[in-house]
Amino acid sequence: MRLEISHRTWKVFWRNFVVFRKTWLANIMFNFVEPLLYLGAMGLGLGAYVPSIEGLTYLQFIAPGIIASSAMWATASECTYDSFTRMHYQKIYHALVVTPISLEEIVLGELLFGTFKGVLYGTVILLVEAALGLILSPLSLLIPLVLALSCFTFAELSMIWTGLVPKIDTFSYYFTLIITPMFLFSGVFFPVQAMPSFARGLAFSSPLYHTVELVRPLALGQATSTAWLHILWLVGFSVLFFYPPIYLFKHRLLK
Amino acid sequence: MGVYPDIVVEAKNLVKSYNGIPAVKGINFVIRARECVGFLGPNGAGKSTTVKMIYCFLPITAGELYVLGLDARRHQRSIKSQVGVVAQEDNLDPELTVKENLLLYASYFDLPGRVAQQRAEELMNFIDLKDKASTPVEELSGGMKRRLAIARALLNNPKLLILDEPTTGLDPEARRLIWEKLCQLKERGVTLLLTTHYMEEAAYLCDRILIMDEGQILAEGSPGELVNKYIGKEVIELAPVQEAQAEKLVAALASKVLGYQLVGETLFLYSNNGRSIWQDISGRHRYLRHQILRPATLEDVFLKLTGRGLTK
Repeated sequence: MRLEISHRTWKVFWRNFVVFRKTWLANIMFNFVEPLLYLGAMGLGLGAYVPSIEGLTYLQFIAPGIIASSAMWATASECTYDSFTRMHYQKIYHALVVTPISLEEIVLGELLFGTFKGVLYGTVILLVEAALGLILSPLSLLIPLVLALSCFTFAELSMIWTGLVPKIDTFSYYFTLIITPMFLFSGVFFPVQAMPSFARGLAFSSPLYHTVELVRPLALGQATSTAWLHILWLVGFSVLFFYPPIYLFKHRLLK
Repeated sequence: MGVYPDIVVEAKNLVKSYNGIPAVKGINFVIRARECVGFLGPNGAGKSTTVKMIYCFLPITAGELYVLGLDARRHQRSIKSQVGVVAQEDNLDPELTVKENLLLYASYFDLPGRVAQQRAEELMNFIDLKDKASTPVEELSGGMKRRLAIARALLNNPKLLILDEPTTGLDPEARRLIWEKLCQLKERGVTLLLTTHYMEEAAYLCDRILIMDEGQILAEGSPGELVNKYIGKEVIELAPVQEAQAEKLVAALASKVLGYQLVGETLFLYSNNGRSIWQDISGRHRYLRHQILRPATLEDVFLKLTGRGLTK
């Protein structure tokens, strides 16, 4: 297998960015309402009945996880609905692939743009939470870097699905079976240690769990010795899942 | 090997199969510089598959294909940088304006900013969309979109412009406008390759036509040559005619008829002397509901070669 990947990848990224610039204001406004609803409903509403978790108020506990999960949702929707629309309805991939840009570069450009959107949306939530006084440490400046790594894994997972599905409706399965369970069981709303051991195992296999485990200590200013393990896990996942989306798109488009 | 600088595309025993089902069955052809060549055939004939191999979108199953002297299996990036492609379906960036579309596409070919600006201006003039420069593509009509797609394919000054059914789905006026632009490109010496299932389009634009059906090239030549070789000057259509009756008619007119074809109950008589046949027939066969004498066209060639029309 020989991959044709060059600087042209960034032309694909730039193409999406140019289009995004036209709509970004509406996009960002809409997307940070939902995480704030979760913060309000769960953090304040449910939080009133929850004693402190690991020495934190419930609101403080979930705030970092909401950053990570918002980033995940943003990347996942970009690399499913939006990528599929570009490929299937707008035929943008077809327009790109007849220029000197290769299909590998198109897929990687899409992955990078999905990553960018996740980092951007996660960072907006981070800023809002900081303004609300929920972010306690300057170490949180490192959070966007963590998001960049983890959003790349979400982008890969989503693009695999996009490379497979016959119709846009089929994405609801992906969100119901993969994204929503990840959102609920990756330690965003409660520590995974509270769950039965098989569920803990599942949480461990979710990139969001490792993201939350990295983001929360950064937000709270707690040093952890296990950070490297989570980083390593995410890097390993990125490497492992790099080729499958490229393979799927090649087989889908260039028969 | 495509060693002659004059040869833009050369295919030898070119084959394309999808999951073992052949779509192009070992075709041979050559396209020379400054020619306008048309692949004419019904839907599913293998025209689009052939041009998609030329612009390096589809991998080749077997045979050889050289584009601009380069092996299409190996030098895809280099070929793609020198070819312009107008795909069958619109694939412009709908959210962006006309000018933004052009500038963005220019960047894919590594055109420097100032050159891209200049090319975009020139091409907007060429396709008469100068006053739409700031209009988002989603607000353009179908014909304007197609013209923009052509302009976009010209940004890199291609040595070969490939158009896959450039006017399918357009109204007659928009189609004429596209033809006019393509004729201007021809005059400028751009090599054109197009697919179409409109015979009048092929006849109007192409110096040479390759008639395709079921993955094979059935005939090749200029529109005039093809019509002369396979049909003659004129065609007479008569209907309804039964088989026995047709044979009798043809036998009686043998000296004047070059060939004939019975499709359903319609008899097509091919001739260089249609007027004389017409006089013979119109006196004696008044009972025929449908009688026409008309100039022969490419449609007749196709009908003769395949036993059916171009459009089903």
